[in-house]
Amino acid sequence: MIDFLSQHVDILITLVKIALLLFIVLTVNAYLTWFERKVVAHMQSRWGPHRVGPHGLLQPLADGAKFLLKEDPTPAGVDKFTYYLAPLMALALALTSIAIIPFGPDPLRIFGRDVYLGIVDLNIGILALFAITALSVYGVALAGWSSNSKYPLLGGLRSSAQMVSYELALTMSVVGVLLSAGSFSLRDIIAAQASPNLGVLSWNIFPQILGFLCFFIAAVAETNRVPFDLPEAESELVAGFHTEYASFKFAMFFIAEYTSMITVSCLCSIMFFGGWLSPFPASWTFTHYLPSAILIPFGLWIIWDGIRYETFFGRIILPGLGTVITALGAILIVFPAVNEFIQGPFWLLSKIFVFLFVYVWMRGTLPRFRYDQLMSFGWKLLLPVSLANAVITASVILWKGH
Amino acid sequence: MSAPLIIFFVLAAMAVLGALNLIFQRHPIHSALSLIVVMVALAGLYLLMGAEFVAAVQIIVYGGAIMVLFVFVIMLLNAGVEERTHVSKLAGFPGILLAVALAALLAATVARSADRVQVATTGSVAPTKALANLLFQDFVYPFELTSFLILVAILGAIVLAQREKT
Repeated sequence: MIDFLSQHVDILITLVKIALLLFIVLTVNAYLTWFERKVVAHMQSRWGPHRVGPHGLLQPLADGAKFLLKEDPTPAGVDKFTYYLAPLMALALALTSIAIIPFGPDPLRIFGRDVYLGIVDLNIGILALFAITALSVYGVALAGWSSNSKYPLLGGLRSSAQMVSYELALTMSVVGVLLSAGSFSLRDIIAAQASPNLGVLSWNIFPQILGFLCFFIAAVAETNRVPFDLPEAESELVAGFHTEYASFKFAMFFIAEYTSMITVSCLCSIMFFGGWLSPFPASWTFTHYLPSAILIPFGLWIIWDGIRYETFFGRIILPGLGTVITALGAILIVFPAVNEFIQGPFWLLSKIFVFLFVYVWMRGTLPRFRYDQLMSFGWKLLLPVSLANAVITASVILWKGH
Repeated sequence: MSAPLIIFFVLAAMAVLGALNLIFQRHPIHSALSLIVVMVALAGLYLLMGAEFVAAVQIIVYGGAIMVLFVFVIMLLNAGVEERTHVSKLAGFPGILLAVALAALLAATVARSADRVQVATTGSVAPTKALANLLFQDFVYPFELTSFLILVAILGAIVLAQREKT
């Protein structure tokens, strides 16, 4: 047994990484719902969740328990196999896609082995991601079809038409990035954007602004989020494709949707915003203290907010949380090696957070598209623009090369 | 048995069983799902041979775009369970004969070329680059002609689907 383990320690490390990443992604998912509800509520002059735990921080736990304990009826006349397969497919594919994302430049040395942040580094990185997105349509489409009900069927039809249309623009919009990097691998794409002196100016966003806009819009449409959430338009289709799903099967669709939001945010920051690269020139070493400069005031503010909180529970939990965050910031100052290691992941996570905020912001701001607007926007605007972007980038690269 | 061989047999079994299920299922959606399983299994086989790009394209184009259209049309027509008729006896006889002939032909070709096939080595050259060189330099005319043919087919479909101008 021990012999076997020592031979296959790489497999073991990968399994541990998968378990860890799953735990992190699912926790982030849960708190993303809290974040979204809070931010949208404040945009609409409401408080949002504030009953369960201080500032509603335990609301995701309560939601999770509710989803697990609720009755899970299967409607009459559904196609059983497909009905159960659909949420599984949606969730499994969404969680798989995040395995391809690299989270940091340097390996962690554990027991004399280099452990990279991120599960696999594929040669065809971005293509593999597109392959997984291409398959994830089936979760929604089959859920709609198998429910044996009108509204889900319409939702499923809409989603398959929408995803096929926007996938073209999505794939074409990254051609410019791939051409300038000369590789499909996400690590290579980030490395191609690095520059010691230019910082933010050498990121792909500046030559590829059109590509980025097309990519982001198409990706929002692929994840079925506002303003492209026609498959689940409440005003027209009750809840769209997941109308007939209850309890944890419903939660699985939700987790899948939030996970793909995270994946899209990762992709945007990696392909157009330099991934883990710092926006400042490499000579500005004082910016390495930025994580501490954010964490310590934030932690102190939570402590200050916590000791005045109205419930006794909150007066214990919030200062505790604030102390942990302040301590993290202090640790980064005390141990420069840790601070250096954390730089890459810090920038990547900050960019991901900004994109997640934009997602929520759009949900709080934009009205839903009408179906014909959606189709003509995708085919008549996004696709030609992303094609033109690809052609222009290719010509510029060819011209520079000669 | 080595790990790649085991994976090969699992994927091959998936592909064959999926194809059989595609024929024996009575509901169009279930048949379409089996076809997706076949496509994904084939992509896995390509991956095993080191053709990463072909595997990804197989899933993106066939598993994704084309099969989504299949499913979309089946859903749109709301096609029900298909009815089985008794197989024509005349069709059965030549069918079996042709199947045997095809199997023999395939077996003969595989047996003859078995010693000449070069096993693809993974990771030697970036496979995508090699493929691009083949498509856009050595075989650029057949490649462009094929895409032109597909374009003609698309235009034909648009012309057929166009409504009469009043």
